[in-house]
Amino acid sequence: MNTEVNLAGITLKNPVMTGSGTFGSGMEYGEFVDLNCLGAVVTKGVANVPWPGNPTPRVAEVYGGMLNAIGLQNPGIDVFMERDIPFLKQYDTKIIVNVCGKSVEDYLEVVDKLGEEPAVAMLEINVSCPNVKEGAIAFGQKADALYNITSQIKKHAKQPIIMKLSPNVTDITEMARAAEAAGADALSLINTITGMKIDIHRRKFALANKTGGMSGPAIKPIAVRMVYQTAQAVKIPIIGMGGIADAEDAIEFLLAGATAVSVGAMNFVNPYATVEVIKGIEDYMSKYNVEKLTDLIGAVRE
Amino acid sequence: MKEKSMACVLSQAELAPGIFDLWLQTGMAANAKPGQFIGVYPKNASTLLPRPISICEVNEDKTALRIVYRVAGAGTAEFSGLKEGDRVAILGTLGNGFPLEAGKGKKCFLMGGGIGVPPILQLSKELAAEKSIFLGYRDGALFLKEDFEKYGNVFVATEDGSNGTKGNVMDAIAASGLEADVIYACGPMPMLRAIKRYAQEKGIQAYISLEEHMACGVGACLGCVVKTKEVDHHSHVHNARICTDGPVFEAKEVEI
Repeated sequence: MNTEVNLAGITLKNPVMTGSGTFGSGMEYGEFVDLNCLGAVVTKGVANVPWPGNPTPRVAEVYGGMLNAIGLQNPGIDVFMERDIPFLKQYDTKIIVNVCGKSVEDYLEVVDKLGEEPAVAMLEINVSCPNVKEGAIAFGQKADALYNITSQIKKHAKQPIIMKLSPNVTDITEMARAAEAAGADALSLINTITGMKIDIHRRKFALANKTGGMSGPAIKPIAVRMVYQTAQAVKIPIIGMGGIADAEDAIEFLLAGATAVSVGAMNFVNPYATVEVIKGIEDYMSKYNVEKLTDLIGAVRE
Repeated sequence: MKEKSMACVLSQAELAPGIFDLWLQTGMAANAKPGQFIGVYPKNASTLLPRPISICEVNEDKTALRIVYRVAGAGTAEFSGLKEGDRVAILGTLGNGFPLEAGKGKKCFLMGGGIGVPPILQLSKELAAEKSIFLGYRDGALFLKEDFEKYGNVFVATEDGSNGTKGNVMDAIAASGLEADVIYACGPMPMLRAIKRYAQEKGIQAYISLEEHMACGVGACLGCVVKTKEVDHHSHVHNARICTDGPVFEAKEVEI
């Protein structure tokens, strides 16, 4: 049985990775799972300088999922390169660094610094965080802005770039095509869906930021649909995510056209979720005599 | 080492209206420290996240944990229906716990307010010090008060004046005329702010246990942060993670 997948020239031992922002840089969940088992670890977003993030409350539970408005709190690229990358290098897994910024220059500064670190296999560019006021999603909701930032980053990047797309758009395939045309090597989708919760007893917003990004099993059908549509629209590989809780969910995304999948918010619910998904995919492949995992990718059409 | 595993319900009782007392058989009890907490998972898949609940007590042979919690929503309402022999998923043990060395051999105030009372019980068992225990309640439903009496002098404050000093734990301290070298406390934010001010005025150490809405409970999601005086070691901004860097902080280190 071969579970390898090729993501823009990078070979992953299996298609299972972690959703940015749900797994830190692997240290916390390294207590629960063997990071060597994962196809890749995708880190929490990192900017050129430390970001304090949003006020609390930053998280709220909703039916079948959660809202978050962390606001991309991060220690900045210098601390990240001194601490987090050496930690991840100890493991036999691919390192994918999620990059965020408030301006194109911010992104480029991080991309340039990461270019000097050969241990970083790929860069995932966050142009879809709904919880920060400048940058991030501002680049991800208009096709021309996305084209512009993608092409500028592509000129600087030493590693393949993955553009992480927002579902908070009218037509995600338009965004996907713009990113592909600008030279993106792969796409991640979906980021969280903007939502809101009101505490009716206190008559206040549940989150200090008022709105937050929704994740968890409740958003999975939306994510599967968007992955399917995007897979029809572009040739570059897609990393599918949105509410993946178990192997059955992950296989749905693969069949819809994703080359790899990320487990996100469900890490909070089940810290062993990533390795259980990997095992479950292998069991599925045995059960249906699937020789190569790549045979599953996009296998469901009409 | 943290883990998610199944615990077996040994017993459950309602101590006061909406306040439940649950004993869980779990291997986590072996290394549990006062002031730490566990995440308790509802079975209902619409309520996904573990509920952070502090450890109230560890049994003598360290095979079971006691949690005393208030029903505050769908998750805790579900827990209140657990019966002897039921199984429930828990995550733990989480957080740093109270520093026992800081108060060892000294005069200590151990203070709990409302649903902040339970975590003070295991602390009062383990702390080797001259202990004055201040417990604040809304009304005359003095849950756990008798459990504390074995471990120190207990002073009660009730908001409605039905028992002990009328008012809060700070009023009870004033009424007692006592002084302390070190304070340990858990309770609502106004109480913790008052303790922070009091400790500052008296020039003494105060260790306070904070709470915040949490998702992962293990330090990954950065959901539950508190503003800190100094740049914290993990985030390199002024935001420490309550679930892992806390929940217990020295009061002067946090901006609350």
